[in-house]
Amino acid sequence: MKAALHFIFLVGIWLLLTLNVTLPNIAVGVVSAFVVTLFFAKYSLKADKKQFHIHRYFWAVIYGFIFLWECIKANIDVMYRVIHPRMPIKPGIVKVKSTLKTDIGKVFLANSITMTPGTITVDIIDDYFYVHWIYVHSKDPAIYTQKILGRFEKYLKRIFE
Amino acid sequence: MNEIISTVIIGIGVAFDFFGILGLIRLPDVYNRLQAATKSVTLGTWSILLGILIRYGFTGVGVKALLCIPLLFFASTVAAHALIRGSYIFGIKLWDKSVVDDYKDVWRGK
Repeated sequence: MKAALHFIFLVGIWLLLTLNVTLPNIAVGVVSAFVVTLFFAKYSLKADKKQFHIHRYFWAVIYGFIFLWECIKANIDVMYRVIHPRMPIKPGIVKVKSTLKTDIGKVFLANSITMTPGTITVDIIDDYFYVHWIYVHSKDPAIYTQKILGRFEKYLKRIFE
Repeated sequence: MNEIISTVIIGIGVAFDFFGILGLIRLPDVYNRLQAATKSVTLGTWSILLGILIRYGFTGVGVKALLCIPLLFFASTVAAHALIRGSYIFGIKLWDKSVVDDYKDVWRGK
């Protein structure tokens, strides 16, 4: 089941990438997708009931827009710090506790953190995220957890848990 | 009309890329430079790809540009994580005006 989903996904990507529905092209796509599936299907996502819940996809679309908006804000913020003559930066690595439980949820949270205001995920150890922050606003864990994770966590919970 | 919109979006993308590279030169250490390099350059390149999609529509070129957007999202975030973790483990110090470093507790015992 897992391998089949993986295979269909890869063939779909191949067809989109080439946009050419002739027999030789499809044959090349199917063979290469099969070889990749053979080796890498065991790393793919597990198929479970959650993938058929429609409301999760609805929240994923909402999350996409929120993420894009945060991303643009992040860029303007970094741009301001770069072109300011005195460079108002105050960097540091902080430790943040997340309440997400699933691995895929953590991966998306880490990637979202990397793309948004002045933060990069350095490492994930169990529930703790180590985040490099370009401007440490406060040293109180409650405040910076809210500032870094608060925007995304509630949506990711609806999508993945 | 499409030409004008796509030119504007590509222009915005090039501007973001420019500020990313400026940050790469001006900021003080590896960690801060990676901030500029991942954020601005990724969004700038997204804008350029989006501009290409608008100009060519859903043809071979446009769909390839659209597929590159999620690919670039995962590639750049994972690369940034690998680089920043690698440089910390390799022993590169944080900038001397950094305020906190919670990560050093993880590596002290090893």
